[in-house]
Amino acid sequence: MRVRAQIGKVLNLDKCIGCHTCSVTCKNVWTTREGVEYAWFNNVETKPGTGYPTDWENQKRWNGGWVRSASGKLHPKQGSKWRILANIFANPAMPEIDDYYEPFDFDYDHLKSAPDMTAFPTARPRSKITGERMEKIEKGPNWEEILGGEFSKRSQDYNFDQVQKDIYGEYENTFMMYLPRLCEHCLNPTCSASCPSGAIYKREEDGIVLIDQEKCRGWRMCVSGCPYKKVYYNWDTGKSEKCTFCYPRIESGQPTVCSETCVGRIRYLGVILYDADKIEAAASAERETDLYGAQLDVFLDPNDPEVIAAARRDGVPEDWIEAAKVSPVWKMAMDWKVAFPLHPEYRTLPMVWYIPPLSPIQNAAQAGQIAMSDQMPDVRSLRIPVKYLANMLTAGDEEPIVHALERMSAMRLYMRALSVDGVRDEAIAARVGMSGRVIEDMYKIMAIADYEDRFAIPTAHREQNEHGADIRGGCGFTDGNGCSTGEAGKTTLFGGKKKKFALPQETF
Amino acid sequence: MFGDFDINFVIFGVMPYVALTIFLVGSIVRYERDPFTWKSSSSQLLRRKQLIWGSILFHVGILTVFFGHLIGLFTPIWVLDAIGIPYALKQWMAVLIGGPAGIAALIGSTMLIHRRLVDPRIRVTSTFPDILIMVLIWLQLAIGLLTITQTLQHMDGSEMVRFMTWSQSVVSWNINAWVTVVDVHWLYKLHIFLGLVITALFPFTRLVHIWSGFAAPFRYLLTRPGYQIVRSRRHRPLEERRRAYDKVQAKRGPTATTPAE
Repeated sequence: MRVRAQIGKVLNLDKCIGCHTCSVTCKNVWTTREGVEYAWFNNVETKPGTGYPTDWENQKRWNGGWVRSASGKLHPKQGSKWRILANIFANPAMPEIDDYYEPFDFDYDHLKSAPDMTAFPTARPRSKITGERMEKIEKGPNWEEILGGEFSKRSQDYNFDQVQKDIYGEYENTFMMYLPRLCEHCLNPTCSASCPSGAIYKREEDGIVLIDQEKCRGWRMCVSGCPYKKVYYNWDTGKSEKCTFCYPRIESGQPTVCSETCVGRIRYLGVILYDADKIEAAASAERETDLYGAQLDVFLDPNDPEVIAAARRDGVPEDWIEAAKVSPVWKMAMDWKVAFPLHPEYRTLPMVWYIPPLSPIQNAAQAGQIAMSDQMPDVRSLRIPVKYLANMLTAGDEEPIVHALERMSAMRLYMRALSVDGVRDEAIAARVGMSGRVIEDMYKIMAIADYEDRFAIPTAHREQNEHGADIRGGCGFTDGNGCSTGEAGKTTLFGGKKKKFALPQETF
Repeated sequence: MFGDFDINFVIFGVMPYVALTIFLVGSIVRYERDPFTWKSSSSQLLRRKQLIWGSILFHVGILTVFFGHLIGLFTPIWVLDAIGIPYALKQWMAVLIGGPAGIAALIGSTMLIHRRLVDPRIRVTSTFPDILIMVLIWLQLAIGLLTITQTLQHMDGSEMVRFMTWSQSVVSWNINAWVTVVDVHWLYKLHIFLGLVITALFPFTRLVHIWSGFAAPFRYLLTRPGYQIVRSRRHRPLEERRRAYDKVQAKRGPTATTPAE
């Protein structure tokens, strides 16, 4: 057993309202720079839809993630090390910027500076790459918002695999859900495995996956390696960038920007202890439907005395062990089994998990009655097909999804009985294998979702792994070439752009 | 004092040392001081068209030509004699391998230059050094291919041996090296001169990615056992910590905790 800790994340899709506050705050903090205007470390997709970049879930097309060979060994789907090196001159699996969208801005200035005209002045779009006029915008970061576009295109959605999708094109049967996406900070990331320079690494102490900007050479293999397409190539700096899990905030015990600002309170952060020795075997599970269970086996119970002893022995800080005990992520993923990894079949063992959404009863409108099974609404007749959710979250295995949806709907029934009738109906809880107390805890964390219940983030222990004397006079957190002294006029001697170092100033 | 001045001495006697010094020192300084600017500057994201074929043709061609020059020029002549390779055979190999490779690289670089100058996305995101170095390399390839017309006139390898002598004399600090190439055809001279210019410009352009390109296979295949990289902030290896921890735990008395690390 080799105990490590990671700050895991759960997103409760049952409560996501698709407001994009997470995306916008993330963009404002991280990707407003030139070269990454098209990049969204966090984006929210409307499902069903093909997403951003288009069709990202279809690994037959993009070759992301891992494949298991007949001998049981894993290698990146885009090829093992030799194949990756052979593609270094031109990466055949890499998306073009048009697969995301060409970034654009509008000529807002024209609205106020236009001369006297017969027609009202308009702000027409302009490319953020070339600066040229764009006659027609073909795509944007959220092109399919609220089921935008025709069903024939949206239904290319990979999650419709083995779903009779035609009926969902009909107005009465249509369904919709939101899927906020960010880097999964996987236990077995393909981006880092694909990097010939060794620039991408996972941090041992908190599991955050980062790109070393000084070691990245722009070989672009991470972009195609990541099945979630969450590594972005900055065309200005020539380096790849990705979600940093807001590590400066996490280190000081604060939630990531997307979690902090989430209006629907759907985002949870907490410590997960895991056994690093089990990662390889779990990711190599033979059947794709076994991967979800295999990943659960990698996680270690923070209340198990043996695990606690091993964690102390391996140097996990005491407050991290305590945080793991109250981790909302552990409760939702392990205790209640309501959260699931996104596309476990990619074999990356992702660490941002999702609670599937409940939806209205599909047949109620037609039949005039609610499909019931055992006095509970039958979750298999919900508007969002279980198979669709299963394709997204459990590699097509419907049982765990049904189980989770039943528990969530039991929570509603139980709480309804409690708050309307004032009755603690243990029978409802028992039907889904829970007790009333657990359901009330579940309600407190999932429905009420107070700030303290959503985030249990221990601070990083800088005092143990950094020496103040070593970092004295260092250049701190900079963007790009901020530390360089090789300046010559507008650019630097070696071609990097000179960026003004600005100290934050208070304005009165 | 300048009565004996010969431009050949400057170009073939002095310039190699200047160029190689700039090349080496410049590369080290850039790697050390400005690692963030060390990159391949790929433009594949912005336009895939013409890059796939252009880049592969160019790189495969120019790498073949590069290693051809490296092996061809710097293999000591006595080694050739010892293993019994006739100079004419070597000359033929140079033409037959280098020719097609050079043509492939020229076609590839023509496609890449065209794409860089004509495609609006690539044009506006190009820097001056990007375009300069591409044009210089294109010229160098073209001149290199033109020298084949001269080479075909003496396929006994006599000219080739002179270039081998020159290169090997330069790297073995023989100050009179330049004399061996004073009376070769001007195309060869131009080719060498341009080669030295490109060498000197190397650290100031995207060409630095060549170092990384050569290093990548070694790093990726040899020095990295598996696929994954985990960075730790431990002060000592995990095994060492475990031993220290176990030692403390085994002591009688109040259990002393070993701080986490």
